[in-house]
Amino acid sequence: MTTMLDLNETPLRDVNAALQATAGMQPNTAFEIVNPRGSHALAVGLNAPISVRIKGSTGYYCAGMNQHANVIVQGSVGPGVAENMMSGTVVVEGDASQYAGATGHGGLLVVRGNASSRCGISMKGIDIVVQGSIGHMSAFMAQKGNLVVLGDAGDALGDSLYEARLFVRGSVASLGTDCVEKEMLPEHVDLLRDLLARAEVEADPSEFRRYGSARTLYNFHIDNAQAY
Amino acid sequence: MKDNDTPRTLPRQSATFTREVNAEIRRAAATGIYDIRGGGAKRRVPHFDDLLFLGASISRYPLEGYRERCDTAVTLGTRFAAKPLELAIPITIAGMSFGSLSGPAKEALGRGATLAGTSTTTGDGGMTEEERGHSEKLVYQYLPSRYGMNPDDLRRADAIEIVVGQGAKPGGGGMLLGQKITDRVAGMRDLPVGIDQRSACRHPDWTGPDDLEIKILELREITGWEKPIYIKIGGARPYYDTALAVKAGADVVVLDGMQGGTAATQDVFIEHVGQPTLACIRPAVRALQELGMHRKVQLVVSGGIRTGADVAKALALGADAVSIGTAALIALGDNDPRWEAEYNELGTTAGAYDDWHEGRDPAGITTQDPSLMARLDPVAAGRRLRNYLNVLTLEAQTIARACGKSHVHNLEPEDLCALTVEAAAMAGVPLAGTDWIPGRGGY
Repeated sequence: MTTMLDLNETPLRDVNAALQATAGMQPNTAFEIVNPRGSHALAVGLNAPISVRIKGSTGYYCAGMNQHANVIVQGSVGPGVAENMMSGTVVVEGDASQYAGATGHGGLLVVRGNASSRCGISMKGIDIVVQGSIGHMSAFMAQKGNLVVLGDAGDALGDSLYEARLFVRGSVASLGTDCVEKEMLPEHVDLLRDLLARAEVEADPSEFRRYGSARTLYNFHIDNAQAY
Repeated sequence: MKDNDTPRTLPRQSATFTREVNAEIRRAAATGIYDIRGGGAKRRVPHFDDLLFLGASISRYPLEGYRERCDTAVTLGTRFAAKPLELAIPITIAGMSFGSLSGPAKEALGRGATLAGTSTTTGDGGMTEEERGHSEKLVYQYLPSRYGMNPDDLRRADAIEIVVGQGAKPGGGGMLLGQKITDRVAGMRDLPVGIDQRSACRHPDWTGPDDLEIKILELREITGWEKPIYIKIGGARPYYDTALAVKAGADVVVLDGMQGGTAATQDVFIEHVGQPTLACIRPAVRALQELGMHRKVQLVVSGGIRTGADVAKALALGADAVSIGTAALIALGDNDPRWEAEYNELGTTAGAYDDWHEGRDPAGITTQDPSLMARLDPVAAGRRLRNYLNVLTLEAQTIARACGKSHVHNLEPEDLCALTVEAAAMAGVPLAGTDWIPGRGGY
């Protein structure tokens, strides 16, 4: 059964409260949200394996801090979609603004369109798949998880990267400090194939290049001062 | 006259190139790197010591000590939060990270705060079970690094403090050096063991007050509009930052002056960026008053609070509460002379030890070394903190009664005078013996 929530008639607080009240419910609970009209902080703090379909575009922090829920946005999203996500899946059928998946600890974020700058900033375990391109300073200080880009990456990709893995099929405008291209080993091809399958994206893993941390800045050394 | 009878000038140390300055030049020349340390500004700056209370007189009658009530309770978060924080005393424990501090030290802070009826605060690195379990009221810091940040901890916090800046380093991030990164610390922060962990200087997913307003909306929506939202600012531009925090929707503003401590940052940053606590309070209060939000958005002041007199002076200048960090650590046992021999081995002395980032704290507080950590008994240390908080409260009450106040919040600038022109100007109170407030009345 699908519950319809209309933001033209129901305040944001009540919509989020209804979604959040599902904590502990069964996985087949489903919601459809209409008339989001760019609302900020929509479908945030969910904590159950429910399905939420948002029919339209949203503002900041859509599906922020998601746990377990499967959220689909049939539109574009503002800054910070799925920020600090812990688990579950968030799919954006349009484009995403800045900071998509920022600081995410887990789960899967899929952007069918493009993602703007700082995609995956400070990511801590989340997997992000962007079918289009990403903007500059993406994966800045990214700690854990995987960022997959089928299009191109902007300037300073992976600046000050930690242990996150970056896979880009198109061009990279420039790499950030301490980010280097690394060999695609069979284990990485397998990992990428699995990520693409989970994101329901058709692509050949062998067409991607892998980028990661050179690990030269992990411990401060005065000789590296000019790198910062 | 023989040569050795000729009067000679005495060797004269330069007031500019002092022994300490020269030693730092030599250290810098030898290592090529700036000095990193913990704590707050050590230089002398105008402070609460430069203010005095006037006490009662013919026109103001005092209250009887031990007989007439002088209340100390404060409620933080009355603006929007459904569940504001009700504290027995106007003194809270400031945010300090697990990682920088040991688990037992965090537990001791929670125990002491709870016994005294007040709150303690997490820090960079997330919420530990020791801390949550022993803190009846726990404020959860929401920091740029988001280390250990998760919605479950957000929901089980009693308040949320969005950290924009801190007094020791307004505009600066942090660095937890690799030697303090144990398996547990690394696991909580999602980083490998043994590498330096940088804490970003600005938030990853918002910039500016308009974004901050939306970030606060998100945090409120996730926590059901129950929890007070604090915004912590460093003592950079207290008038504007306070006004912008109110505009963004804060329930509470935490204002940290340059004497406020840090776990580790560059000495040059600590000593040369930011304003003294005393200089920050009145501009912040003025911003609240102009917006009609004084006492509606509560102001918590930190940075160099040591005594009940400091507490009373901060409240008299318009704060609703104060917060202590360095003083709380000293109450637990930090820099205790009982460890003098070991401080000497580290090239320092009790009271001056500030290499907290190195993780070799003889007192077992700013360390992750199991043998050193074991030196701190969290139960006994918690009791010491409780005792100290009680003394601060009693001292503040003593002063408030002397000024004829039945609640410490009734203290006001008119109860104060200043010993120096600088303090008079910063605090907006008359220079002692005059009716002159520098900057007021056209002169």
